[in-house]
Amino acid sequence: MATTTATVGRGPVHAVRLGWERGKLEVKEFFRQRESVVFTLAFPVILLLIFGSVLNYNIPGNINFSQYFVPGILASGLFGVCFQTLAIQISIERDKGILKRLEGTPMPPAAYFLGKIVMVLTMVVLESIVLLAIAAALGKVTLPDDWHRWATFIWVTVAGTAAGSLLGIAFSSVPRSGKSAPATITPIALVLQFLSGVYFVFTDLPSWLQHVGALFPLKWIAQGYRSVFLPDSFAQQEAAHSWEHGRLALVLVLWAIGGLVLAIRTFRWRAGKDS
Amino acid sequence: MAGDSTRGAYRPTRAFVHSGRMTDDVAIRVRGLQKTYGDHVAVGGLDLDVARGECFALLGPNGAGKTTTVEILEGYRPRSAGEVTVLGLDPRRPTRDWRARVGIVLQSTGEFEALTVREVINHFALYYPAPRDPAELIEAVGLAEKATARAGTLSGGQRRRLDVALGVIGRPELLFLDEPTTGFDPEARQEFWDLIRQLSAEGTTILLTTHYLYEAEALANRVGVINNGRMIEVATPATLGGRATAATVVSWDARDGRQSVSTDTPTAQVSKLSAEFGGEVPGLTVARPTLEDIYLSMINAGKGEQ
Repeated sequence: MATTTATVGRGPVHAVRLGWERGKLEVKEFFRQRESVVFTLAFPVILLLIFGSVLNYNIPGNINFSQYFVPGILASGLFGVCFQTLAIQISIERDKGILKRLEGTPMPPAAYFLGKIVMVLTMVVLESIVLLAIAAALGKVTLPDDWHRWATFIWVTVAGTAAGSLLGIAFSSVPRSGKSAPATITPIALVLQFLSGVYFVFTDLPSWLQHVGALFPLKWIAQGYRSVFLPDSFAQQEAAHSWEHGRLALVLVLWAIGGLVLAIRTFRWRAGKDS
Repeated sequence: MAGDSTRGAYRPTRAFVHSGRMTDDVAIRVRGLQKTYGDHVAVGGLDLDVARGECFALLGPNGAGKTTTVEILEGYRPRSAGEVTVLGLDPRRPTRDWRARVGIVLQSTGEFEALTVREVINHFALYYPAPRDPAELIEAVGLAEKATARAGTLSGGQRRRLDVALGVIGRPELLFLDEPTTGFDPEARQEFWDLIRQLSAEGTTILLTTHYLYEAEALANRVGVINNGRMIEVATPATLGGRATAATVVSWDARDGRQSVSTDTPTAQVSKLSAEFGGEVPGLTVARPTLEDIYLSMINAGKGEQ
């Protein structure tokens, strides 16, 4: 047999090209699996519709809770797509041997992670558009018309996606098996939502719980989104009487770095011994 | 053409080139391979040589160390001791170029359920520098009618064909096949064997692990029997365990019931019987032990030693 003398593609261009192809494939796969679409993308929409109509009371700062809920559900939608989806999906892929199969090919490892980024960003953008469109149609949100609010929206989204995704990759090693992954990961995301000012006004939590919530990224993503969609006067009602953009950016960047270090140290292509 | 000038240019070093070719004729070389987990010895000093172009079958009961050995050769697991060379490289540190030359067909897991056969094969082709043509490969593995079907809807045999397609999409020089036909019906198995024979005829080196002795006999040039983490014997399927020279059992229907004689001279025995019966011998069978008989006696002897 003729021995192939061709060498495998190298360098960042090759990895990005394969990452893009993997991303397209992952998006396709995701949308063909009805359960994952309903569980991940439609769930926040359902919550928006239910909570938006049920929790119809005024809160301090002269706004309605349903207006406060929109940035919160946007933030937990983003965190769900990044953290929950990645942690559960990668755990299942490891358990099923999909990662082992990829390890046995000449695919550059970076392409796998780039593909996940493409998938997560696609879903975050879609989820945000759908949630904002519904909220706007119901009159629960006024879309800002000045560019720097949108600029805030974009950097909070990017930093939140980075932190959530890297934590999701790191957490994919926590469940003992793919089967137990949803039951391990979902409660973590739920508890974070309760601690982060999604279902309640954050400042209504006892102060010690506020301190706990403030340790995690979801609280800061929700606060960042409130700074985009609520009037500036509402900043007075926040825990620090300000939107705290500087601290917000710092917390998300620190979580992203921490998640990256954890992900690099804990990521395994195979389950079991010798992995 | 270019070949002539190359040959001329290399004439002074032909001896060197020749010896280079000699080592190049070895696809897999293993010496004293050991793998231990704490006190448990999974592989205890195993030797193995597989020549290029050969189809080699590894036989052995569950827990004998087959999968551990193969996964070390595939570059998945580190080893505890011993020398291993696969396509000229130590698989402890696999490179991406090496990965492109090695095809791996793992035990099936049922992945890519929502993607079609064509989508999966087209995608994996992107990973390799000189892949096969995906459409031709789909045809070759007998999935042409299922090209646009989702992987989740394939039967067990069809799934295995997809696994093989992914294993050979990059034109590997060496293919690892781990229990490829477990759960196949006999017809699917025959078709699958034809596919493997075709790959072998194209020059692909194949290392096969299997539980089915007749599969090893149908496909392999040589078989190696592993038990308790050691290679007990390596031989051709026809000569394993002294099979070629083992006593032959001649059986026939005598007037007072079925009779059998174990003999080293079966032809003489048959002639004698023929003379006795005056021609045709009723119910005559002449049987050498099957590969399975030999294999089981080897494995059971191993149990006695333990």
